[in-house]
Amino acid sequence: MLIYERNSLVDEIVDLTVEYGKERSALLPILQTLQLRHKCISDFAQQEVARQLSIHPVEVYSVISFYTFLHPESQGRNIVRLCQTISCDLAGKCYLVKAIERELGIKFGQTTKDKRIKLEFTNCLGMCDQGPAMVINERVFTKVTPERAVAILNEVK
Amino acid sequence: METMQIEKTSRKGIVLFSEYVAGSAIRKAVKIGREEVLFELRDSKLKGRGGAGFPTSTKWMITAAASAPKKYIVCNADEGEPGTFKDRVLMMEHPEIVFDGMVIAGYTIGAKTGILYLRGEYYYMLEFLENHLSGMREKNLLGKNIIAKEGFDFDIQIRLGSGAYVCGEETALIESLEGHRGEPRNRPPYPVNTGFMGCPTVVNNVETLASVPHIIMKSGKWFSEYGTDKSTGSKLFSVSGDCENPGVYELPWGMTITEVLDIVGAKNTKAVQVGGASGICLSHAQFNRKLSYEDASTGGSIIVFNESRDILHILQNFMEFFVEESCGQCTPCRIGNVKLLEGVKKLRNGNYTFAEIRNLRELGQTMQVASKCGLGQSSPNAFLSILDNFSAEVFQYTSSDKHNGVNNE
Ligand SMILES: Cc1cc2nc3c(=O)[nH]c(=O)nc-3n(C[C@H](O)[C@H](O)[C@H](O)COP(=O)(O)O)c2cc1C
Ligand code: SF4
Ligand code: FES
Repeated sequence: MLIYERNSLVDEIVDLTVEYGKERSALLPILQTLQLRHKCISDFAQQEVARQLSIHPVEVYSVISFYTFLHPESQGRNIVRLCQTISCDLAGKCYLVKAIERELGIKFGQTTKDKRIKLEFTNCLGMCDQGPAMVINERVFTKVTPERAVAILNEVK
Repeated sequence: METMQIEKTSRKGIVLFSEYVAGSAIRKAVKIGREEVLFELRDSKLKGRGGAGFPTSTKWMITAAASAPKKYIVCNADEGEPGTFKDRVLMMEHPEIVFDGMVIAGYTIGAKTGILYLRGEYYYMLEFLENHLSGMREKNLLGKNIIAKEGFDFDIQIRLGSGAYVCGEETALIESLEGHRGEPRNRPPYPVNTGFMGCPTVVNNVETLASVPHIIMKSGKWFSEYGTDKSTGSKLFSVSGDCENPGVYELPWGMTITEVLDIVGAKNTKAVQVGGASGICLSHAQFNRKLSYEDASTGGSIIVFNESRDILHILQNFMEFFVEESCGQCTPCRIGNVKLLEGVKKLRNGNYTFAEIRNLRELGQTMQVASKCGLGQSSPNAFLSILDNFSAEVFQYTSSDKHNGVNNE
């Protein structure tokens, strides 16, 4: 990481502590914002957050490791999460899995070589009446057919 | 890119989807005063809609009576139970009822801060909900001296989850709000005594809070006349699976499964999962059971399976869910769910002994009593009820030779 990148990350975290406070309860909102902006919370970011909130870096890491949506390393530019829970399963999730894996040439759990897409399963998204449901980054797609799934993924940059 | 269908239907219903003018219940609550609010709530016999069914008035009374410098009201919008999506519909279609309910709770228990804990999967709602809160601040329904009442200060902030089902458990939710791993605490102490930041805290489900404004406007007695004696009022049911019209339905408590199946257009139904993955699976013989706290209880999730479905495939899906979502803090749940999942796989390929199955049943019962939180206490429910209610299918199954029960060596 270049020095100026580090400095700008430090500044960014300072701004976040101004917005959310320096209490321990500010930890998750800060980590969530970093994750959203940078697609991960790097070692350096973890240490800096820990320093500014006056907690041990291990505490920060332990929180990150608990929550599915927080990652210490970038998983890919876009994270695709397909609901694997029962209602979406009944609605034909397995056909989506086959179509998507065929099209991208990777399995669920893997990232494309160009880091464009990471495929993941997720549990119930609260869209069970409109399954199969899928989330790309923060956007939800419902009643997805195999054909549409592939079309949507091809549009993702 | 078209994303999802936004519900545009204006639903009509007996309680939650009945007419309501934003802000009106806040005004009325302040007019009648704190005690009267608590009395109406008591008369309504409203119980928590998040699953556990604890009387809401009791929670509020304990917190209202506590003398503490700070108190909190937390709205639990973590909605992670498979097959549940009624809170999503409430928040998207009627945020005014949910937030007014929080303001009334704040007024009644004496909290100045309300927190909506929104699951990370619902991030797309954030802007919409924040805009609604800004609108309330402009109308003086939030902020300082609400509706010009001296000293009535209350505001609501929204906090996000990050993809952990267990954070819906109220003490795990509080841990998460405090910036920790979402691991459930030992109870007692309960949040009403020692909650967020050690302060008395009411944690209520979205639907529970949304019931309150209607109770205030139309009286607790009116509310209690719907439903059954022990399960009063109406409930939002999230119906999904094999039926013509999946979606959210507002129905009075006490309807039978058969009646609900009729309403949602379900045909050739083999099984109904009541209460999500942590609920129970009922077969034909039990479709006359009533949806209520005293009989077939649910936080709202109803999943319908028709004759073409493989019951062990369904069970495996549920057990995989719990293996993933267990926080791992206590042994019965961490190891138990893995063992039950292994058992389901053995059942699926016919590679089991009845002695093993007996052990797994006992394990399930142990988990129900020995797990630390509701996740591990309820995760064996599906396993045990499917073994009981679908024994014919479960024990005749082999992957190559489904259902015929003939020895074909
Ligand atoms: C594993 C687990 C997950 C839960 N998830 C939720 C949830 O998503 N939403 C909810 O309102 N309650 C959930 N609960 C129940 C809460 O712990 C708590 O009882 C509820 O929020 C209280 O609100 P109520 O009295 O209004 O129902 C969950 C409980 C457990 C054990
Ligand atoms: S029962 Fe399961 S989820 Fe609950 S505390 Fe124990 S391990 Fe964690
Ligand atoms: S089961 Fe897929 S959204 Fe609920």
